[in-house]
Amino acid sequence: MLVLVLDTATPAITAAVASVTDTVEVLAERVTVDARAHGELLAPSIDAVLHEAGATPPDLAAVVAGLGPGPFTGLRVGLVTAAALADTLDIPAYGVGTLDALGWAATGRVAATGRVLVATDARRREIYWAVYEDGKRLAGPAVDRPAELTLDVEAAVGDGALRYADVLGVPVRDMPRYPPAAGLAALAAPRVREKAPSEQLVPLYLRRPDAVEPGAPKAVTR
Amino acid sequence: MVEPLVLGIETSCDETGIGIVRGYTLLADAVASSVDEHARFGGVVPEVASRAHLEAMVPTMHRALSDAGVALSDVDAIAVTAGPGLAGALLVGVAAAKGYALAADKPVYGVNHLAAHVAVDTLEHGPLPEPAVALLVSGGHSSLLLVDDLSRDVVPLGSTIDDAAGEAFDKVARLLGLPFPGGPPIDRAAREGDPDAIAFPRGLTAAKDLAAHRFDFSFSGLKTAVARWVEARQRAGEPVPVGDVAAAFQEAVCDVLTAKALDACRARGVDTLVIGGGVAANSRLRALATERAGRYGITVRVPRPKLCTDNGAMVAALGARLVAAGVAPSRLDLPADSAMPLTTVNV
Ligand SMILES: [Zn+2]
Repeated sequence: MLVLVLDTATPAITAAVASVTDTVEVLAERVTVDARAHGELLAPSIDAVLHEAGATPPDLAAVVAGLGPGPFTGLRVGLVTAAALADTLDIPAYGVGTLDALGWAATGRVAATGRVLVATDARRREIYWAVYEDGKRLAGPAVDRPAELTLDVEAAVGDGALRYADVLGVPVRDMPRYPPAAGLAALAAPRVREKAPSEQLVPLYLRRPDAVEPGAPKAVTR
Repeated sequence: MVEPLVLGIETSCDETGIGIVRGYTLLADAVASSVDEHARFGGVVPEVASRAHLEAMVPTMHRALSDAGVALSDVDAIAVTAGPGLAGALLVGVAAAKGYALAADKPVYGVNHLAAHVAVDTLEHGPLPEPAVALLVSGGHSSLLLVDDLSRDVVPLGSTIDDAAGEAFDKVARLLGLPFPGGPPIDRAAREGDPDAIAFPRGLTAAKDLAAHRFDFSFSGLKTAVARWVEARQRAGEPVPVGDVAAAFQEAVCDVLTAKALDACRARGVDTLVIGGGVAANSRLRALATERAGRYGITVRVPRPKLCTDNGAMVAALGARLVAAGVAPSRLDLPADSAMPLTTVNV
């Protein structure tokens, strides 16, 4: 079964076509790092990976999308695109935690990597983070200042960990840096295989909107 | 294509709108509004609006298709507001449009929100006589445009130099203890008041201002004048005559809007004035424009209130004009442009 995989929760714009059978194989993948161009680049990337995989949208059996957490504006681009595609093609949409995909790549594939902190950039000097061991999430997801975290981990991975390597106080590994399509596809694969019902793609915002209720009108005269 | 079937998506502010038109005929106008979520903040909160657009997109699409009795595979094109508007909000609509376009293999047109406010009138009154002058007034914009050809050529004549007209309504409503958005409650309160009770200023109408700002608007001074007047009353321990303040404020806004719009028509030798945007739903604006235009033999076209506020039908209506005129669709990497200039009808 062919699956379209999307993630826009980090500065990377990821689109891929994966084949899900007993195994999961990524047939075509585009990763473009540009924090300001999610809205522009995602659709052409989808078009490109479909073409590269020799597929057209009606060939797809499901859409898998990274639910974040991530900076809101970019994150929504991936989710609304995934929802529109799945809805029109009448195929299910499945959500996967973006940190989970990184955690899968960092600890799920290789045994005994120890506990790993996965962190992506949350802007405002904060990171979105979670802790994984053997592919399982032990803590998070949450958003915090990197210096304020006291975690018992062997290493840290992800774009947010690289950015704040100096304050995290643990060894930071270069890879994986951005959520890999293989991880997103692997974590959704059981649902794809059993044709689980479609899911509403609800972003993991972790933060409330910035908005304050106004007080009484300010006097213009004194 | 004479009567293209076009679906339009609008998410530039707080309404998630999906409309479907066939040529000049409206088939569906589904709107989900997040206005209630913004009310306690006294204005639209961009992040709240963007979150609501994401939630509302698919259900609103289902409603529009079902109301029109068509499938997405039937449409000739998908149009979407690409700007101007709130950046994060626009992005949800543009991304959705691309998703739908990819899935259904349809061309997509990224269009200008303001030009769409003009185009929507064709759904009510048929083809627009061109050239026409358009007055667009809402919480986000106050502009006068010269429309030579809706599918290609829109020229800005003037716009507000400070607050949008609708913003002034919201702020004055708050001063008077009326709910957000301020347009409808002020319109209602004004019916009980005397528009001549208080002489509020008319921005940019003095001779010295007209030289540089003949077709521009300013509502900030008016808003401050209303605040001063209300505060003076309150300080004196006197009750505030809400009806009179609302009526006099509304009269000042409508006086300037209609005077400048009709001046623009006469200066450009144009005999059709189109009014759009949320403030076009104001009953006094509609009445005063029609009354004054009659004196100069100018025809005023204002669509019904539901079409004046932001919706997807207006985007579809403009999309239909573009398809009918043979304009090329946008590329798949079309950006959302929160500051899209008026001269850009489509991207
Ligand atoms: Zn508008």
